[in-house]
Amino acid sequence: MSFPVLTALILVPAVGSLVVAVASNRRPEWVKLIAVLVSVFTGALAIWTLSSFETADPGFQFVSKHPWIQQWGISWHLGVDGISLFMVLLTAILFPLVILGTDPHHDHKRYLAWLLLLEAGMMGSFLSLDLFLFFVFFEIVLVPMYFLIGGWGYDDRVYAATKFFLYTMVGSAFMLVGIIATAVLASSNGVGYVTFDLVEIAEKATFAASTGRWLFFAFALAFAVKVPLFPLHTWLPDAHTQAPTGGSVILAGVMLKLGTYGLLRFGLYLFPEAARWSRPLFLTLAVIGIIYGAIAATMQKDLKRLVAYSSVAHLGFIVLGTFALTTQAITGSVMQMVNHGISTGALFLLVGMIYERRHTRQIDELGGIQKVAPIFAAAFMIVMLSSIGVPGLNGFVGEYLILIGSFLTARWWTVVAAAGVILAALYLLWAYQRVFHGEPDENNRTFPEIRLKEAAILLPFIGIIVFTGVYPKPMLDRIEPSVKALIAHVSDKTGYEEPAIPEAPQMNEGAQP
Amino acid sequence: MSPDTFTPPAVGWFALSPLLVLLGGGLLLMVLGALLPRWPRGLYAAFTATTAGTALVMSFVLWDDITDKGASTLVGGAIAFDGFAMFATIAICASVILATLVTDDYLRREEMDGPEVYVLFLMTAIGGIVMASAHDLIVLFLGLEVLSLAMYVLAASHRRRISSQESGLKYFVLGGFSSAFFLYGVALLYGGTGSTSFDGILAAFNGSVLADRKDALVLAGVALMIVGLSFKIAAVPFQFWTPDVYQGAPTPVTAFLASVGKVAAFGALLRVLVTALPMWRDDWRPAIWVLAVLTVVIGSTLAVVQTNVKRMLAYSSISHAGFILVAVEAAGHTAGETDPGLGVSAALLYLLLYAVLVIGTFAVVTLVGRTGDSDTGLDGMRGLGRSHPVLALGMTVLLLAQAGVPLTSGFIAKFGVLQAAIEERSYAIAIIAMVASVIAAFLYLRIMISMWVAEPEAGDDAREQIRVPFSTGLAVALSVGFTLLVGFFPDWLVEASKHATAVVTSTP
Repeated sequence: MSFPVLTALILVPAVGSLVVAVASNRRPEWVKLIAVLVSVFTGALAIWTLSSFETADPGFQFVSKHPWIQQWGISWHLGVDGISLFMVLLTAILFPLVILGTDPHHDHKRYLAWLLLLEAGMMGSFLSLDLFLFFVFFEIVLVPMYFLIGGWGYDDRVYAATKFFLYTMVGSAFMLVGIIATAVLASSNGVGYVTFDLVEIAEKATFAASTGRWLFFAFALAFAVKVPLFPLHTWLPDAHTQAPTGGSVILAGVMLKLGTYGLLRFGLYLFPEAARWSRPLFLTLAVIGIIYGAIAATMQKDLKRLVAYSSVAHLGFIVLGTFALTTQAITGSVMQMVNHGISTGALFLLVGMIYERRHTRQIDELGGIQKVAPIFAAAFMIVMLSSIGVPGLNGFVGEYLILIGSFLTARWWTVVAAAGVILAALYLLWAYQRVFHGEPDENNRTFPEIRLKEAAILLPFIGIIVFTGVYPKPMLDRIEPSVKALIAHVSDKTGYEEPAIPEAPQMNEGAQP
Repeated sequence: MSPDTFTPPAVGWFALSPLLVLLGGGLLLMVLGALLPRWPRGLYAAFTATTAGTALVMSFVLWDDITDKGASTLVGGAIAFDGFAMFATIAICASVILATLVTDDYLRREEMDGPEVYVLFLMTAIGGIVMASAHDLIVLFLGLEVLSLAMYVLAASHRRRISSQESGLKYFVLGGFSSAFFLYGVALLYGGTGSTSFDGILAAFNGSVLADRKDALVLAGVALMIVGLSFKIAAVPFQFWTPDVYQGAPTPVTAFLASVGKVAAFGALLRVLVTALPMWRDDWRPAIWVLAVLTVVIGSTLAVVQTNVKRMLAYSSISHAGFILVAVEAAGHTAGETDPGLGVSAALLYLLLYAVLVIGTFAVVTLVGRTGDSDTGLDGMRGLGRSHPVLALGMTVLLLAQAGVPLTSGFIAKFGVLQAAIEERSYAIAIIAMVASVIAAFLYLRIMISMWVAEPEAGDDAREQIRVPFSTGLAVALSVGFTLLVGFFPDWLVEASKHATAVVTSTP
């Protein structure tokens, strides 16, 4: 049997977390070294997975399946396809950068142990192909995140952490009932025995329309909280703002993707009929999220809160693309999940750096930073432009694909959503203007320039932003087959026909207009 | 056979060995403890733990016996000898061992070392086992009374603390009521069916035509018995004694009440409803439905507003009882059928896992409560993460398990119950229970916040230092270890709990 790389992706950080937890507290630099090594090794495993991933194969690869709780039909079933591959990669890249790039100020050991445990949980969530296993990981990530926010966050951290935990748990409560009901009902509707295996249920079970819709909503509620979809987003600004920088990066960069990824993997794949039926609802909520997030972001006085609200808007685009149900839109959504993780992660890091220097995130207390720290300002500019979606940077590719793909099936929603792109430019540029332009006042005159270590952390982010912006093909090549397979599955189960995109006329040598 | 010769029923002494071991150990401890001068430190507890351990080993042996040869009844059909009884016996004996470990140092700390508490532990265990393995309502009532009387005294066993006395008295008065309700229910049921034996009750139903049945009497009896047992399991609206008794009783005794008390009472409830009254299942199931919903919702909600950790955990135990009632409700759909469904096994699994969990939790509260149980407020927990990180971590695992976070036994328990409910298409109750468990999660978060996050306050350093004696530490470690073990590898235990539903069925 080949090397179980996916199991290793989960176990390496989990074991690393234990090692860090029991390591001696007297040598904090050793503890940090262990954490860095563990996360970098995990990253290397993920890159190895990427390099040996079969590009054209739409199915699950590196599958590892072992019985776990046989009495209940539950197995340790992992696999990766084009959709989850990049989520895994995103997780594996963000964690080492966060561990290297953020400083918890106190109690390094516990902070690092929680972070590594979080990484294991995230990996597990993206790799699980068993409903029970997925729920285990989906729920377990709450615990380290709760302690990260509660232990190392800012002033209002207890409130924010508790709100985050309970909000997500309410969603999960419904999902757990949904998961069990799915397995139980599937056993009498085509599968023949109780199993929690995602692939078996999705391929074999056929639910009655109304049953499927109830089950779908039980799942969708949990994911909608996680995304977060308007109007279930109110935990997000608090959690993001109060979390320590590292926590915010992971929260926005990876954790929110659990929601959008879940909608694709467990919503669309398991309940295609219900997902199709409820399209108008989700498209509407997504578009409301886009516009509302953008307007709310414009109004923020706190830079971190602004970035937090911008996430609501960006994730609205991803949900729009998901429910547009075309190859292009869903491919764009998957890509945008990665893009948002990279660019918002970098934005939170930059805001964290500003806070370290100035001990404030209030926009009107900052100003003129470009004059005193031009390189820092340039880095901020690139990341911000990527978040806006300027051509040549990664954000553009994803958003463009979503909009063009959605236009075919959800025209009017797309028209409104496109306005969100302009609003994104408005709030981000306006914030940039207020923070970086103008003359620095007394307090901002001493704003230190970017340090070598900080630059080294930001460089990979900027590298990915530019690379995928200019040359997204390697990524799209891997995502698209799986998305096509997903849409084929939806067509198969519901008779849905994806609208054909008119082929552009072939450019021939002699064919001059 | 002439009418004046008495033929004693076959007893099956070996099959009764766990009970006999506990009884012998308890009597021996009582007599020797009274006759001999004070034993060396720790010996009372060691003796008790050994007794319970022997009973535990015996029940494992018997478990194998039952798996091989099938279930039967003992002492002329008075006691059931089946997987259900053995599972409950194992849970009760394990709880006794854990609770003894916690009690040992506590009694010395409170300067009341002596054999009494341990004797009462063993007597309670006997009562509990009899309740869970009764095959006759009178036998069940005997067990109930043995258990209850011992527990009243246990709750009042802290002689120098007035709240302990109060809790004992309260428990006694309300417990007396509930016993009376139960007994009256037994009487009415006897009036309706002409028998107190489970076999007789079933035979009375099967052997009569509809017109001859005295259903009114039976139903009134069932209702009264449910009321009586609901007191014991602390189901809303019969839960009023719980917070006061849990708070007032010495903390290790609270742990004992919450574990052994729950296992025994639910054992009895399942016996009565599922084994004796399956024919009336459509009549009692709605009542259980209402009780379950009220119990999870009100237990969770009231838990959130408390400020005393023992009171919080008392309400949380009410909410857990509600969860187990969900499983009882699920069992009500298939009671009496050859395929027992998942309800009974889910309830048993939940009981065992919760018993271990709750003793570990109260063990930590015992330590944090300091001398005289004086510091059981939420403030007492403050700063535990800094001063005793390992203990705080253990407590965190136990609290997360109570909240039902995956990879802990608490999640497995909840999952089993939900699965049982959903299997019977009881979606509404499953969703209500889950939402209530989220409300309850807030309570565990509050305790965790107090341990890990809350800022130290002036005077914190002046508090009595928390000491972690070996035996209590061992109890916490065992409890945490079991919680995680079952969280990661539950398969064997799930399988065992399914075997335990091979309840002895009556042959009408």
